[in-house]
Amino acid sequence: MGIAVSDLAVARGGIKVLEGVCFALEPGQALVLRGPNGIGKTTLLRTVAGLQPPVSGRVEMAVDNHVYAGHADGLKATLSVEENLSFWAHVFGNKDVSDALSAFQLTSLADRPAGALSAGQKRRLGLARLLVTGRPLWLLDEPTVSLDSDAVAMFAEVIRAHLSRGGAALMATHIDLGIKEASTLDLAPFRAKAPEPDDFDGVFL
Amino acid sequence: MIALLVRDLKLAMRAGGGFGLGLAFFLIVVTLVPFGVGPESALLAVIASGILWLGALLACLLSLDRIFALDWEDGSLDLLATAPLPMEAIVSVKALAHWVTTGLPLVLAAPVFGLLLNLPTNGYKPLILSLILGTPALSVIGTFGAALTVGLKRGGLLLSLLVLPLYVPTLIFGAEVARRGVAGLDNGTPMLMLAGITLGVIALLPFASAAALRVNLR
Repeated sequence: MGIAVSDLAVARGGIKVLEGVCFALEPGQALVLRGPNGIGKTTLLRTVAGLQPPVSGRVEMAVDNHVYAGHADGLKATLSVEENLSFWAHVFGNKDVSDALSAFQLTSLADRPAGALSAGQKRRLGLARLLVTGRPLWLLDEPTVSLDSDAVAMFAEVIRAHLSRGGAALMATHIDLGIKEASTLDLAPFRAKAPEPDDFDGVFL
Repeated sequence: MIALLVRDLKLAMRAGGGFGLGLAFFLIVVTLVPFGVGPESALLAVIASGILWLGALLACLLSLDRIFALDWEDGSLDLLATAPLPMEAIVSVKALAHWVTTGLPLVLAAPVFGLLLNLPTNGYKPLILSLILGTPALSVIGTFGAALTVGLKRGGLLLSLLVLPLYVPTLIFGAEVARRGVAGLDNGTPMLMLAGITLGVIALLPFASAAALRVNLR
């Protein structure tokens, strides 16, 4: 149910950015990834999500266990809030979207086209998608971007409820959500070193 | 899978979805031809089936880059790739949605446009049959091209260059079915070849498209 990552190395654009990353996540736990821009938080999350293969190392988790939420929310501007959400619910084999709508206070906006939402409302809709998937492991890349402080509190509440149901969350974020179950992993020590050239010619090859 | 098909059809019908664009393009190409070759009805009757096939092919090409580009831009392709649907199913549904919104209207409109080009009466049945058999192949091959070029800036031109040569066999046999029908000849052989090409690409290309998409999502 949880996830175990051992000695993982990931690359972006053919250049290794992180190596030797190890962590484990049990049900009910959350792990926050931290590190400066460009350290490879997004790349690590995409690798764990299975969107790109790791350079080396292993990601061990059950199949069809996780849901990924990236920088883009995957919303269709001409579909309504409710249509967007129920599409994802159907893809993941669920039907009911009312709980997810109310958790992020989107019920009053349900009939509005997603293109007419503000940036923060779009993000809330993107996060509401996590609830309709019914998946236990959430992989979140900067989930709080463009959320105001009320919405961040709303999101923290949803995460807390998810953890108490036995879910888990791996997220890259810079702000403190105030979730006491969450531990933090600083990625800076795992920054990949440039490979040492074997000989003088190696520098030019 | 059905949810994805319904969503894609809904998106095509809504504002900016591009439904009907291909049809309008088809109409314009077909009306321009008599201006170009002159209004002799005998000449038009000879070339009508070929022009209709070429017009359908170009109209199909017009909407190919939308198949994956829009989902790529708003991030839904990443999310779909991590959803429980297999990638092969996603590309097959996308190709089906493209055919329903582009190929099917072309098939239905072809008889009307045949009238504009003075298509002989006995040519209608083979023309519609050949389009029904051939346009699914255009959508499936086009989906493969779209999967190869997704994420490229201005990939539309490259997409056309990649896909048009792959359309040649479908065009040859499709137009041949229609031409032989007009001439009153037996068109069984090209019809079988056309059906074979379509079934072959439907069976094989979704795997190639899925592999191309996986590489492009990295």
